[in-house]
Amino acid sequence: MIHTRGLTRSFRAGGETVEAVRGLDLDIEAGSVVAFLGPNGAGKTTSLRMLTTLLPPTSGTAEVAGHDVLTDPSEVRHRIGYLGQGNSAGSNFRVGDELITQGRAYGLSRAESRTRAERLLTALQLEGLTKRTVGTLSGGQRRRLDIAMALVHEPELLFLDEPTTGLDPHSRVGIWEHVLRLQREFGTTIVFTTHYLEEADRWARRVMVVDQGRVIADDSPENLKADLAGGRITLGTADRADAERAVELARALPTVHEVTADGTEVRIRTLHEDSQLPLLLRHLDAIGVRAVTASLTRPTLDDVFLSLTGRTLRESADATAPTTTHPGA
Amino acid sequence: MKVLNDTRTAFARELGPELRQPVGLLFTMLLPFLFLALFAPLLPGMSPAGGDTGAGSRWQWFAPGMLVLLALSATAGAGASLLNEMSSGTFERMLVTPLNRAAMLVGRALKEVVILVTQALLILALLLPTDFRLRPLGALAGLALLTVFGIGIGTLSFTLALHSRKQQTLFYGVQQMIFFPLLLLSGVLLPIIQTSAPTWLYVLSRINPATYVVEAERALFDGRFAETNVLYGILAAMAIAVLGVVAGIRGMRNASV
Repeated sequence: MIHTRGLTRSFRAGGETVEAVRGLDLDIEAGSVVAFLGPNGAGKTTSLRMLTTLLPPTSGTAEVAGHDVLTDPSEVRHRIGYLGQGNSAGSNFRVGDELITQGRAYGLSRAESRTRAERLLTALQLEGLTKRTVGTLSGGQRRRLDIAMALVHEPELLFLDEPTTGLDPHSRVGIWEHVLRLQREFGTTIVFTTHYLEEADRWARRVMVVDQGRVIADDSPENLKADLAGGRITLGTADRADAERAVELARALPTVHEVTADGTEVRIRTLHEDSQLPLLLRHLDAIGVRAVTASLTRPTLDDVFLSLTGRTLRESADATAPTTTHPGA
Repeated sequence: MKVLNDTRTAFARELGPELRQPVGLLFTMLLPFLFLALFAPLLPGMSPAGGDTGAGSRWQWFAPGMLVLLALSATAGAGASLLNEMSSGTFERMLVTPLNRAAMLVGRALKEVVILVTQALLILALLLPTDFRLRPLGALAGLALLTVFGIGIGTLSFTLALHSRKQQTLFYGVQQMIFFPLLLLSGVLLPIIQTSAPTWLYVLSRINPATYVVEAERALFDGRFAETNVLYGILAAMAIAVLGVVAGIRGMRNASV
């Protein structure tokens, strides 16, 4: 569904050239749900804008839904839906009118546009708002309307740029449930950007971790966490001597990344933590060390980002947000 | 066919809010209306042909200029709505649709023209109780010329907005910098005559295309078709329209975010 090779985008900012996206190579299959995860300024939005024909690449090639974004942008636009970070619907326009205009823009008849608009408004709990002016809607209603607009022509490929930013947790779940229902019913391919870790973890089947314009990891959330981050095992021992022996033992295990001790407590960061915990307990028992307590903390995608970059996503966002000057990076 | 359908879609979208809130039409009519109400009565009698004071109707001379002022004030700000849509994200959504980019521009411009003609008709209706003499053919030709001029100014305003998306103050700065000289040098308020105006001011007014449109409007509304003023006015309005449409379509086709 999406194939890119060496896709690059540079901007001039403050007299310097900023490389927002550096050599993006992508192959996304039809029916996938793919998340671009990374801090602000990582290049997620710029990548999406190139794939949706909003921004021409500086170099490289991109084929979206079977058409080249540079030589055949109109055909690409016919096949995709897009939800940007801003407001898709104009404040002075009526809800129903904007949805019908959107349908008409994709070549649907007025009647068909109206039918689909009504169906979407009901599905997204916006029924009865057809004649309301967009500017009078609440933030959550407005975002759901934006989603309806991206879906009115039933695209085969849907791009969502931070679709739930600013929404309450309940609204976020509601939006994702609807989007994924569409994905199940029509096999729609979904590509979204987010800096919400739990969103990528919960809804995406494939996560591309993006940092400084490059994809630095690309796999399912489960594999990323298992292969790159690992979980944390915390053992409580009876005394310091047992803790020291537990540290020695843990350090000898092949998948253990890091072992630290604090008094009688031993903290172990390890890959494949599910299988490692019973193994560790067995080995400790064999050498006569008794674990008084044992707990396991599963890894998050933030741990993945930390293990890849040495920074957490939150730290990266804090560091990059004030200096990001290029559009949409 | 697709371009026509897309133009209709863009036009219908833009016109919707105006039809629901027609009171908005009155705001851009305010400037010419104020001049008609508070300035025109101070004028002595004018001759529509030359602008000399004399026994002619002040309304016959002044009103066509006010229609040009209306075209300038109503359509020069058209880009502001586009600028708002660019900053809110609505324009981005439109750019991702398969709507023809030229149709997006033309649809918007047509909406401006419909509003302009409606406002012009309202102003003409307001003038009926005065001694302004409405000649139907001349008025029709005058409105047609006004439409061409309005398309030109409107599309130039859209073009300016497209180029100002990263620095919105640029739009308002340039708009004001062009709008007022264009207006004052066109002789809509007072005649700029070679014998009485300073030479530099007269020269500037003669290189202002709006001057020729104003003179052509005065001739047409006075029922004088076979005049060089009319020809020059048509050429000036056409030149602005062609420039605006070509630059606007080019800007729209190259528009990115």
